[in-house]
Amino acid sequence: MTGAEVLLEVEDLSISFPTDEGLARAVQGVSFVLRAGETMGLVGESGSGKSMTAMAIMGLLPTSAVVEGSVRLRGRELLGLSESRYREIRGSDIAVVFQDALTALNPVMTVGDQLAEAVRVHRPDTTAAQRRARAVELLDIVGIPSPHERVNRFPHEFSGGMRQRVMIATSIANEPDLLIADEPTTALDVTVQAQILEVLREVQTRTGTTVLLITHDLGVVAGVADRVVVMYAGGVVEAADIEPLFYDTAHPYTAGLLASLPRLDRRSRDQRLYQIPGQPPAATNWPQGCRFAPRCAHVRHGLCDEDVPPPVEVGRGHTAHCARVDVWRTEVE
Amino acid sequence: MTTTRTNGPAERAQPGLTRQLLKRFVHHRIALTSLIVLATLMMVCFAAAWIAPYPRGQQDLLTGPSNPSQMHWLGTDELGRDFLSEILYAGQISLAIGLAVAVLSTVVGTVLGAVAGYVGGWLGELIMRVTDLFLVVPAIALLAVILEGLGPSPVTIVLALAALGWTYMARVVRAEVLSLRERDFVHAARGIGASDTRIILSHLLPNLAGVIAVGTSLAVASAIIAESTLSFLGFGVQSPQSSWGTMLNQAAGYVGTSQVYLLYFPGLAILVTVLCVNFIGDGLRDALDPQRTNL
Amino acid sequence: MLTFIAKRTLYSVPVVFVASFVLFWAVRATFDPLAKLRQSTDPEALDREIARLGLDRSIPEQYLLWLRSFVTGDWGTSTRTGTPVVDLIGQALWPTAQLAFWGLLVAIVISGLISVYSAVRQYSVGDHALTAAAYIGIAMPAFWFGLLLIQFLALWPKDVFDLDDPPLYFIGLHSIDQGGVVDYARHLVLPVATLVIAFVAAWSRFGRAAMLDALSSDYVRTARAKGVPRRQVIWRHAVRNSLAPFVTVVALDAAVMIGGLVVTEQIFAIPGMGRLFLQSLVAGDVFVLLPWMIVVAVAVVVCNLVADIGYALLDPRVRLR
Repeated sequence: MTGAEVLLEVEDLSISFPTDEGLARAVQGVSFVLRAGETMGLVGESGSGKSMTAMAIMGLLPTSAVVEGSVRLRGRELLGLSESRYREIRGSDIAVVFQDALTALNPVMTVGDQLAEAVRVHRPDTTAAQRRARAVELLDIVGIPSPHERVNRFPHEFSGGMRQRVMIATSIANEPDLLIADEPTTALDVTVQAQILEVLREVQTRTGTTVLLITHDLGVVAGVADRVVVMYAGGVVEAADIEPLFYDTAHPYTAGLLASLPRLDRRSRDQRLYQIPGQPPAATNWPQGCRFAPRCAHVRHGLCDEDVPPPVEVGRGHTAHCARVDVWRTEVE
Repeated sequence: MTTTRTNGPAERAQPGLTRQLLKRFVHHRIALTSLIVLATLMMVCFAAAWIAPYPRGQQDLLTGPSNPSQMHWLGTDELGRDFLSEILYAGQISLAIGLAVAVLSTVVGTVLGAVAGYVGGWLGELIMRVTDLFLVVPAIALLAVILEGLGPSPVTIVLALAALGWTYMARVVRAEVLSLRERDFVHAARGIGASDTRIILSHLLPNLAGVIAVGTSLAVASAIIAESTLSFLGFGVQSPQSSWGTMLNQAAGYVGTSQVYLLYFPGLAILVTVLCVNFIGDGLRDALDPQRTNL
Repeated sequence: MLTFIAKRTLYSVPVVFVASFVLFWAVRATFDPLAKLRQSTDPEALDREIARLGLDRSIPEQYLLWLRSFVTGDWGTSTRTGTPVVDLIGQALWPTAQLAFWGLLVAIVISGLISVYSAVRQYSVGDHALTAAAYIGIAMPAFWFGLLLIQFLALWPKDVFDLDDPPLYFIGLHSIDQGGVVDYARHLVLPVATLVIAFVAAWSRFGRAAMLDALSSDYVRTARAKGVPRRQVIWRHAVRNSLAPFVTVVALDAAVMIGGLVVTEQIFAIPGMGRLFLQSLVAGDVFVLLPWMIVVAVAVVVCNLVADIGYALLDPRVRLR
């Protein structure tokens, strides 16, 4: 994977909003690199800024947002592009799959029309018949049965999993280089989740698309991602390939996330499920220094709560933003 | 953010809640200004007996109609009566009718709507069919028939308008009760053995407050306009009593003449009153449910 | 879809019947059809009329009697004019229909455009101005507005510019054959404006809210994420989704417009259904009142039906009921 071309480069991205209570910082100093063909998981709890990051890449943040830093697609800077240029990119170079397909699809348009629209917007020279054929083809690719008939149906006539497949179909209509999946499985139950992830994997194999999968669920990431970036309170805390992340965890927060996953192989009958104590800080009230410090069991005052820890390389392609990265793993909980 | 909807089983109005509502209402400066203006207007009208510069109905046929002047701030009408005083006295009737109709239709509508929503069954269905009927039958026809039958007086006007107005409130309250009824906090209250009455009084009513407040302000606004329209057409308030509507009825004849100003002020009075009521309603809506889309 | 329409229509029929019975009973209880006759000194004539009209029978019987003659087109004779009621109502329908048609058209188009503009340019100066105008529009009595229009747009310009005719007419309606299209329009402008002012104000507030909802929805976000150009996002997605609730509001208000028609026709001396109602009411003309109410009730039911069907056409989610 390390030899592959760099597709997306996010460098020192910061996003803030003016609110009644002052400037709210949603994202601060986020950097990562996405290589062509890989699947990257962007993991974090609600409020960590992961969806904001995705929206910033797409240029879909509200106009009041203040965005700084750099986002480069194949070397081309995206931030600051005019709206009409951005529109050329959206849906054709970069596409998004949103979380709740029921509200994300237009309820009064047929599925076929919405698919055709995705094509028409970027290839206006196609005929209606061509677009319709493509719509049927797309439904087939994502595994929807009887696509010829289903293409005339409305979103509410599909089940949750089928709808999500339709969303995926819409996003791959123009064979994007980058597919951002923002919590694609969160609104679905577990068995359907697996199916959707499978669809994503197939789509990727078929078209070679790069996938940025945003989720709060490490379990989802484990089965699908090549690489993972973990975010907390608006910043990256750890970035690694999938195996080192799980087996050689370098940041206490990641370790906490892993520990709170319910597991069948642990003898946990008499034990409570582990929870990281405390709450993430509000966007208007970040603590000084490492933002995880207030909840960290390994915090050292004077060290962790002064400056934000810079990334430390702990292995090949594996960085963690922790001031005590060498030491904390040897400490007893 | 909003407090009424989120926490646990007993969703009663906490003492801090009222303070929060007041704070939000006050924030809505237009609503606050409207409240002050309306209150002033009401006070001035109802205190007309003491405040008005001239006694009611005092004619001065020698002066006849005249433009606003220092002696008569809003001029005089065709019989030489001081227009300002006439407007104040007429305001008593218009405002009183408006308020009475709103209160009556809100109470009746809320009760029937709550029963229809909470109890449901055949009674609920019946109530809803009756409101459907009121939608189909032309309102003006019903009003005309009722007023013809009972004879037009402020009291019968109130009854007639309320007889039509309750249906809106009933529908709205029923819809709200239906959705509240299925909420977890009601299930929880029943689970701990609360009686139906208790549930309605301590749990449902506070949550209905928003809808009721907004509905009441709408009712006042529409009642005032309805009364003025009825009086303008001739089957509302009858002389010797006068309301702003009857004044407009008389003023209509002066369109195109130099006494056309007789048309402006009663209409303006209605406009200002209803405007204030609407703003207050908006303020109440914002205060009680800030998550709603603001107009 | 067809079953939906059929079911809806079927449901409306009993409603009309019940409404007609309620109205019949209310009118009979309030108005005395023999008021004039009682003043004459011929007791025989009185008894004859009572027998002819079946007034000595019970109310349900009277209703059925009346219903039979109503359905066969025998609506009796007006006590005010002495002409058949059917003719009176028939003649009155045409001016009212014109007023209502143009009124609805103008109101829908204007409030629709205002809604889109206000939502797309939220918080702009234009939006604030329109919102202020809307608030004033719903706060003033329509008849007052109408009188002001007559004063300022008809009489005052005529005086000031010393014209033969006012630029906009305010008495009655002309047909297109009488004076041409412009003349027709000049007669319609003021009455239509008076009729629709409150509705334009209310509908544009509602439409604006519906558009704002739509513009902040997830499906609009998806459309933007697909790269759909702004104009298409506004019209194909936001407006398209706002149509269904907008249509519902318009249909519900159609019934309220009846009151407006009465007032407007009175002010502008238009010989339509509204003025007929007032004239009959004042004269105690029972034979006109009852059929009038039924005709109007049926019109309202038809409006609601059209609205239901329109809603189902516009929002596919409803059709499965």
